[in-house]
Amino acid sequence: MIDKTVPTLEEAVSGLYDGAAIMVSGFGEAGVPAELIDAVVDHGATDLTIISNNAGTGDVGIAALIKANRVRKVIASYPRMAGSVHFEARYRAGDLELELVPQGNLAARIQAAGSGLGAIFTPTGFGTMLAEGKETREIDGRNYVLEYPIHADFALVKALKADRWGNLVFRKAARNFGPIMAMAAKHTIVQVSEIVPLGELDPEVIVTPGIFVERVVPVPGKSAAAA
Amino acid sequence: MQRMDKETLAARVARDIPEGAYVNLGIGQPTTVANYLPMEGDFFLHSENGILGMGPAPADEDIDWDLINAGKQPVTLLTGGCFFHHGDSFTMMRGGHIDICVMGAYQVSVHGDIANWHTGAPDAIPAVGGAMDLAVGAKQVFVMMNLLSKTGECKLVERCTYPLTGLACVSRLYSDLAIFELGPDGAKVIEMVDGLTLEKLRELTGLDLTMAG
Repeated sequence: MIDKTVPTLEEAVSGLYDGAAIMVSGFGEAGVPAELIDAVVDHGATDLTIISNNAGTGDVGIAALIKANRVRKVIASYPRMAGSVHFEARYRAGDLELELVPQGNLAARIQAAGSGLGAIFTPTGFGTMLAEGKETREIDGRNYVLEYPIHADFALVKALKADRWGNLVFRKAARNFGPIMAMAAKHTIVQVSEIVPLGELDPEVIVTPGIFVERVVPVPGKSAAAA
Repeated sequence: MQRMDKETLAARVARDIPEGAYVNLGIGQPTTVANYLPMEGDFFLHSENGILGMGPAPADEDIDWDLINAGKQPVTLLTGGCFFHHGDSFTMMRGGHIDICVMGAYQVSVHGDIANWHTGAPDAIPAVGGAMDLAVGAKQVFVMMNLLSKTGECKLVERCTYPLTGLACVSRLYSDLAIFELGPDGAKVIEMVDGLTLEKLRELTGLDLTMAG
């Protein structure tokens, strides 16, 4: 019998290692797997590359990892938000490398990795600072920039429910980067509010099929609705 | 000469959005355009974080932090609205499925270039979000801003000096003093506020403006 559920957050992140590239779902606070990130802090892995839309605010989530000085590089579209004090401090001190990626290119490059594509041509960013030095091509009269996939060793994702095969459904706009990151990482680890019996998730509404998921860990009562 | 206040300007932009349009409203001032879309019509508001059919802000007791807009403010979902992941959301934006987006800007060029993500200050921490995707991808890009900066410099320019967000993509500029059509032939004036003349507008902007045909 295949059972992808693990009982503890500690066990969920047990395979992590120094130097890993980790995708983290979430947009603002919605969909951020805060408890899994805390488990990464406790695990102790360092020299990490974090791929996420934002870089955390306050002392929680990605901000906690940055505060603990575990992050070498951030790949993000919008790292600077109100309260991103730890990101700002490390970035200004020159301790943290930033690769700034337009949000749609971030999504497309993550999807390219998950889809097995070698590269993509995207119109986004053409002629701007963020495309400087990059190969470009005119296709059917429109200009495109060559961008490469973003792969990751791990994806940390927050979903609403999972079954033991790792099928996932999400909650409202907390879905955001979760499904595409789950496809792009070698090892996808998902925290969910609830593990349900196999067969309970309507096959017509499963958002992420279990093939993209390696481990699921229950973190009850942590959806925004329950907060 | 009576400048349009922000609310009047938002209402003016809303007038040019037809029922049935799929619309993305940028963070800040453009968000207020939603308040002036007719209640009785069906308008599809898109939010880059995976919402179509976005509704207004909820009452305090109904706030749900899994239901936020691009500015991370709580919103609601209209009946018939739906959620989707970031890949699909930016497919809508980049793939030409959004009819109209409304954005703010630091500068816009007469040919429709836009600069709205970075001031160019060397010590600024850069952040771009979805602005570049919207600029290249929406069928029509409207910009909404004051025509003059706080120090009196015109923000409609021959050539942007701030770092660019997108090239030749803005079709209309809605400003507090006038509304312009932008494109390969330069900026044409569609409307001006009462008391403003083309001559005075040329003086304020330093641009060789003509009225739209």
